[in-house]
Amino acid sequence: MAQTTFEEISAADFFYRNRDIAGFTNPSRAIFAALRELVENSLDAAESLKILPEIYVRISYEGEASPETQIFKLRVEDNGMGIQPRHIPSAFGQVLFGSKYKLKQQRGTFGLGGKMAILYGQITTHQPATITSSTGMAKIYTYKLMIDIQKNRPLIMDRKVLINKEQWRGTVVEFTLEGDYLRAMPKILEYLKQTAMVNPYANLTFVDPKGRFYKFTRGTKDMPTPPKETKPHPYGVDVELLQRLIQVTPYKTMLEFLRNHFHRVGDITSQKFLEFSSLSPSKNPKRLSHEEIVRLMHMLKKYKEFLPPDASCLSPLGEDLLKAGIIKELKPEIAVVHQRKPATYAGHPFIIETAMAYGGEIPKRGNFILYRFANRIPLLYDEASDISMRVIAAMNWRRYRVTPEMPIAIVVHICSTKVPYKTVGKEFIADRPEVRKEIANGLREVARQIGLFMSKREHVDKERKRLGIFSKYLPKLAQFSTQLAGKEKQPDIEKLLVSVKKYGAEEETE
Amino acid sequence: MVQKKKQSSSITERRKEVLSDLAGLGVKVYDQIDRGEFPAIDMPSRSTENITYDPQLRQFILGDRAVRRSSRNIRHLKPFTQLIWAAFFSNELASQRKTSTLRDVYYSAQAYEMTFKDQQESNNIITDLETVLGLSREYFNIFPEERSAVFGDLMIEYTVPGYEGKTLNLDSHPDGVLIGPALTSSEFVKTTADKVIAIEKGGLFTRFIEERVHKKYNALLVMTAGQAPRATRHFIKRLNNELKLPVYIFTDGDPWGMHIAQVIISGSANAAHLRDLTTPDAKWSGVWATDIVNYKLPTDPLDEMDMKRLYELQKDPRYKEDPLWQREIKTFMKIKRKAEQEAFSRYGLTYIVDEYLPAKLEETK
Repeated sequence: MAQTTFEEISAADFFYRNRDIAGFTNPSRAIFAALRELVENSLDAAESLKILPEIYVRISYEGEASPETQIFKLRVEDNGMGIQPRHIPSAFGQVLFGSKYKLKQQRGTFGLGGKMAILYGQITTHQPATITSSTGMAKIYTYKLMIDIQKNRPLIMDRKVLINKEQWRGTVVEFTLEGDYLRAMPKILEYLKQTAMVNPYANLTFVDPKGRFYKFTRGTKDMPTPPKETKPHPYGVDVELLQRLIQVTPYKTMLEFLRNHFHRVGDITSQKFLEFSSLSPSKNPKRLSHEEIVRLMHMLKKYKEFLPPDASCLSPLGEDLLKAGIIKELKPEIAVVHQRKPATYAGHPFIIETAMAYGGEIPKRGNFILYRFANRIPLLYDEASDISMRVIAAMNWRRYRVTPEMPIAIVVHICSTKVPYKTVGKEFIADRPEVRKEIANGLREVARQIGLFMSKREHVDKERKRLGIFSKYLPKLAQFSTQLAGKEKQPDIEKLLVSVKKYGAEEETE
Repeated sequence: MVQKKKQSSSITERRKEVLSDLAGLGVKVYDQIDRGEFPAIDMPSRSTENITYDPQLRQFILGDRAVRRSSRNIRHLKPFTQLIWAAFFSNELASQRKTSTLRDVYYSAQAYEMTFKDQQESNNIITDLETVLGLSREYFNIFPEERSAVFGDLMIEYTVPGYEGKTLNLDSHPDGVLIGPALTSSEFVKTTADKVIAIEKGGLFTRFIEERVHKKYNALLVMTAGQAPRATRHFIKRLNNELKLPVYIFTDGDPWGMHIAQVIISGSANAAHLRDLTTPDAKWSGVWATDIVNYKLPTDPLDEMDMKRLYELQKDPRYKEDPLWQREIKTFMKIKRKAEQEAFSRYGLTYIVDEYLPAKLEETK
């Protein structure tokens, strides 16, 4: 029998070997991915304290790396909550450390985006990252860090403490990485624009390697309600999660275990479920065998009486903010928005928000322009595979007086504790019947509103045209008939013009 | 034979009527606006259902059905204004004694920001004006492109500005004189001719002049150049009416030639709204289908289009007036051949003038 050697690899090592998963596929994709991970962390850091985000991003040129790639320094500053000094090294120097293992809607979900960026920088340039942060207290801490990839541990190269005279609060991350900015530029600018669109309360500033300055100014000071943390819903658990909960639980009986660790499970539901799955309420969860855990998971999914998850853990943008963002960034003639009621798929709550914008500065592309967002982050790749695209293709637009030739932008935003991405690349939403239905209904609603606008506008256009014809020809009629009749003074047409206007008003109320 | 100049000149009289009709239209519209009403005009409908043949008048006329053009109606407003503009423009032309063409009208409108979509639209408006006034457009000085001509001993007196009182004998130029605005608005002074011979084609017209047909047969020669323009039809009518000259028409021996003669005699459906374009007593003298047989003329076969046309004409009320028409149509259908006027050249160049013409004039007298 052949000898197999098992080698344990660290989480950092694992992601180093599989960096494609996190989006660091090539030099242009990498610089884009690094920027977006840090920007999203910064947005989360500000929003969790309900602070209006002020984010400054700078990419500066450091030198040549290869004929196609250069070394850049990426700096992202925010005014967010800041990080406790003792957590700084782990937060940036240890993969899979972080606050993102509880269930609430957040931008990233791996808890490794920022760290992946720093890891990638370290791999390509062998330079430490500099992190400066303060929670607004007396001191500011600056760390120079590298990651020990094999051990998945932060290596602190340098540490400075400054007096925080100005009571500054926030975080600055700066590190060097190899990349291809020229090729990444269109995606980066598109990303910032779309981010500004779904975060209309944020100020985003970007200075690129050529010194070009881009500013996305906030259009509102209202912020969405931050999401509440929730416990996992029984329909959404897997064996891994159950094992982890069993490991950490202080509760000694199944009854208590279920009641305290699951969303929408109380005493009665817990008892009924245990009866349904013929488990003893007094059994110690830590005594469950592996087979019993697997069975528990299946029973949890089978039991029909659990209440559906509530949506308090979700933080949709809201109709007003979505509209404000669209008007601010797309400058359309009209924007209509709609938020669906919360729904669930496989035990995960989600909310769909849709919007349509027409005219103004929206270009005619010969096809609808689709903007996709998930938990307030723009999805920029693999548009054709996205469920929204299929829903749009299947819709009967003619009903709504809309054609793809019109200057129309469509926005679909999904928020969920677990966004149903199709692939690990997290760039497009999978075709789940529950999600598809919600998107379709959401789009129908905004399409209906746009259709109303179109028909109203058609009517107003027609009316304007009609009045235009009267006010063009009646004076001429008066002029020619006066000359033809050999009269001196032209007859008064005012009365006739007034009467067509009245007539028009009557028509409109019909 | 000398005709006295008529006491009441038809041309001057008509001009006065036209000007007063146009002004009347202006007053009507002016007063309606002045009263705070949307001006409207009723006119006979020109739709095919409203065109009937009147055996008394021996021409097509419009029936009782009327259409109302109202400036109240958004779809009528533009054509209504165009109509009043056209009346205004005609009034300017007529009072300033200027002439214009349909093409001219189309462009002139642009000076008044009354742009027509195309020539057809402006032509339709002029036809509307004809219908409203019951006058053909030549009366309000809008003429087609001229191409027909007249030759023979007829003294005319111009009434066009700059030529008033000047006279011309229509035998003074061997190519004939163009039947244009100046000629059609002229008074007839005197003539020695006792008949009018209308010829379809320019070639034969020239041959007739060369062979001195006008002298030999004491005739005025009119070249229609195919289907006779309205001005020419009106001119022929005046020769017939005012000078009491009988009219003989010579065309090619085919359905199309036959119809050229018919339109001079009974008019067309397109001009059902107009009078004074027909000469009901004019005669079609040839070339008949029976002539093709009797004179053994060289022929071509009738093609599909020709046959189709014959069936149409057979049912046409204008062709039921005189048994001659039905006889000739049947003969054409039987022999299925056609012949041009030039076919007589097989008997020598002068045969048509020396033999055929006198025989036919006698036959259709």
